[in-house]
Amino acid sequence: MSEALALEANGLTKVYGTGHTQVVAMRDASLRLHRGEVAALLGPSGAGKSTFLLCVGLINPPTRGRVAIGGRPVLDGPRALVDLRRFRRESVGFVFQKSNLIPFLNAADNVQIVGELVGRPASQARARAMELLEALGVGARARNMPTQLSGGEQQRVTVARALANQPSLILADEPTAALDSKRGRQVMELFRDVAHKHGTGIIVVTHDHRALDVFDTVYQMEDGSLRPATHAGIEASSGPASTS
Amino acid sequence: MNLAVRDIRHSIGRFALTTIGVGMLLMVVMGMGGIYRGLVDDALVVTRGVGADLWVVQRDTRGPFAEVSRLPRSVVDRVAAVPGVMDACEFVFHTIQREHGGRPLRMGVLGLGWPIDKGQGLPLIAGRPLAQNHYEMIADESLGLTLGERIRLGKDTYTVVGITRWLVSSGGDGIACFTSRDAQSIQFDEPGESVRLERRARRNRADQVDFGRTQPSVLERASGLSGNIAALPGPAISAVIARLSPGADAKEVQAIIGAWGDVTTYTKDQQEQLLLKGSVDRARRQILLFRVLLTIISAVIMALIIYTLTLDKLHPIALLKLIGAPNRTIVGLILQQSLIMGALAFGVGHLIGLKLFPMFPRRVLVTNDDLLRVAGIVLVISVFASLLGIWKAMRVAPNEAIG
Ligand SMILES: Nc1ncnc2c1ncn2[C@@H]1O[C@H](COP(=O)(O)OP(=O)(O)O)[C@@H](O)[C@H]1O
Ligand SMILES: [Mg+2]
Repeated sequence: MSEALALEANGLTKVYGTGHTQVVAMRDASLRLHRGEVAALLGPSGAGKSTFLLCVGLINPPTRGRVAIGGRPVLDGPRALVDLRRFRRESVGFVFQKSNLIPFLNAADNVQIVGELVGRPASQARARAMELLEALGVGARARNMPTQLSGGEQQRVTVARALANQPSLILADEPTAALDSKRGRQVMELFRDVAHKHGTGIIVVTHDHRALDVFDTVYQMEDGSLRPATHAGIEASSGPASTS
Repeated sequence: MNLAVRDIRHSIGRFALTTIGVGMLLMVVMGMGGIYRGLVDDALVVTRGVGADLWVVQRDTRGPFAEVSRLPRSVVDRVAAVPGVMDACEFVFHTIQREHGGRPLRMGVLGLGWPIDKGQGLPLIAGRPLAQNHYEMIADESLGLTLGERIRLGKDTYTVVGITRWLVSSGGDGIACFTSRDAQSIQFDEPGESVRLERRARRNRADQVDFGRTQPSVLERASGLSGNIAALPGPAISAVIARLSPGADAKEVQAIIGAWGDVTTYTKDQQEQLLLKGSVDRARRQILLFRVLLTIISAVIMALIIYTLTLDKLHPIALLKLIGAPNRTIVGLILQQSLIMGALAFGVGHLIGLKLFPMFPRRVLVTNDDLLRVAGIVLVISVFASLLGIWKAMRVAPNEAIG
């Protein structure tokens, strides 16, 4: 292996609850994501896609399995091998379906704060935030509070926040659900450009099959199992049931 | 970027209202402390005002404040003759309630030991001490009298020459100072008719004894001034106050006077203790207890408010954890906000108190010590309440931000 992987997930299994309320949300999921690779993750609602992202995003550790990010082992089952929160702010960016902006910070501050959290001077973090907001077409809304932004604008601010620290891994859970298909495609293309330019590994959970050509690889989850997508699988997951 | 300040700015209206509310609560706590201090201080104003080192009262009484004490006037001269005593004079203090300008005028009448004590030591805010030994008075501003105002008490008219501030009796009535002669003539003022009747009665009594019948001059005397009748004592005084010469030992002087069979002596401190343990004791303890209760309740309310403020932020806190904010950032947010609220509320309470307390009928004495104590309590509550909030915030999982 010439170069460390952006993400290496090995045999991830997640069991929620105990006894007869026990749910196996993900079983033995493995995935290798190269630097600069953009992967799509398809699958019906309840398949375990979010569970997978929360595991490799170090938010909700797996019951079993190992996670390495940027070549660094970080999780061995539920056991943390590094300071997870610190690792998160330095190396992982998140974009979720619903905008998750801090309500008492305006758009620019929401992006700036993640820069400050990793110890950048405020002015530098600010400049970076403005640059990203401009690039995402929401530069004019920098001083607006999250509640004053439309769903699409909020989503783009969230994307800017995920990009702010140039993480080695970006995880996006249905980021374009609140956007029209044109804007949605723009976000996907932005992810691809960022990945190719900075060598960031990106996983995007999506249902938008028209944008699949943007991705380098496509994975599919069903009943907690993860595997590379087949054409039939892609067709199946585009059914009307996939709305989660 | 300071998250605490950003959050406050975002919900400034709510924060301001809450802070003002907590501030008013603190104002009440400060006020209750002030009422307590005022009560204690007022009780001691008279003893401090007369500046006595030693109090001589009727044997075995706790006079002259806690109970009645009666002494013949001659004790003044006996005390003055004791080695170590610089000067002695009679203590005259009583409360009167008269009409003046159509409204009731209730005041404590305090006799000053003219000519040594002209009221130089009083807390004058206008005018001057007494300059002559009759017909002048120094009135407390709470009596509502003005400089130069003339007021009739008994058979004489007195002119207000000085105004004091916070010179009040333990009951809260304003005190007016006169020379002790004037104070006594106000105290013992009798209407002419009652003097006439008393002289007639004396004459009748003298008529019925053989001594009176055989000595016409006795009958003569009986109709005249009481002071001219050797068999009648002068009016009793309630206490003698003595000032000691510099360097004199109070214990020694007390021992000498204490050997006399007819008097008991108290030092200044003992007299103050008698006052605090006696006349104002119940009122003092009542307010003290209420003050303690109020402080505890305010502490609980304030802690709950600050804690609730944190509960409202649990979602953003989970979000901060999600984007990897260290605990330091989260603790800082909660702690700073609660300290800012505590400090502002303290300031608001203090400011409102400054405007409000002077309007109270009795003194609200907010001392710096008490302010510091309240500030300390506010600090402790702010920290304690934010610890509760921090404890809660630490338990929030980052994935609670999603969903
Ligand atoms: N916190 C949880 N507790 C119990 N079960 C959960 C929890 N989160 C998800 N699940 C279950 O795990 C399965 C996978 O959920 P999820 O990963 O959200 O699916 P997807 O994102 O693909 O729709 C579902 O059956 C869901 O009900
Ligand atoms: Mg999901």
